[in-house]
Amino acid sequence: MPTVTEVKQRIETGIPGAQAEVSSDDEVHFTARVVASNFAGLSLVEQHRIVYSIFDEGELGGSIHALALTTETQ
Amino acid sequence: MTDQPDNPLRETLADAISSNEVILFMKGTPEQPMCGFSARVCAALTATETQFAAVDVLADPRIRQELSSLSNWPTIPQLFVHGELVGGADIVGQMYESGELAAVLGAPATSAAEPLPESAAPGSAPPLQIENRLS
Repeated sequence: MPTVTEVKQRIETGIPGAQAEVSSDDEVHFTARVVASNFAGLSLVEQHRIVYSIFDEGELGGSIHALALTTETQ
Repeated sequence: MTDQPDNPLRETLADAISSNEVILFMKGTPEQPMCGFSARVCAALTATETQFAAVDVLADPRIRQELSSLSNWPTIPQLFVHGELVGGADIVGQMYESGELAAVLGAPATSAAEPLPESAAPGSAPPLQIENRLS
């Protein structure tokens, strides 16, 4: 089961220059706010897809039961 | 996983997405959502007085699998408007609060979005039953 620190590190490693604030009460349901200049010009769907793509198939909805996500350009 | 050359379920899903102006793939039904995220999207649509078709992905696990590979979106719910994926619960919630959702839906603009209730109000639109062509 991933920890808050692991989820944060994976997002920040997966998206160069990104800053992620990650929290979780149970390490199954996560909340993440991701700020990345890479998101500029992308729709919210495209921004979220970038974050989702960091995780393995089946991981979202699996060991990470839910990832409540907010993305921002700056 | 590679695409099956003949995939009636995927065709049915693609057809449902293109032939319904607003369609929500969710867990449960608008009357009885089985997941808080699905309930939130229903509540946002109801609050914007939008008629929408709803598909319960829990009816068959293959729906969710095919939908996610079709839409390139891993989670449920998924809201489509005019054939385009608008987003999941987070995006729809954010767009509802900003008023963008009403604009996308072509609903009359409201002065300020009311905060969504914790649980969804019963939906006014009947859920769409997509034809189950699976054996």
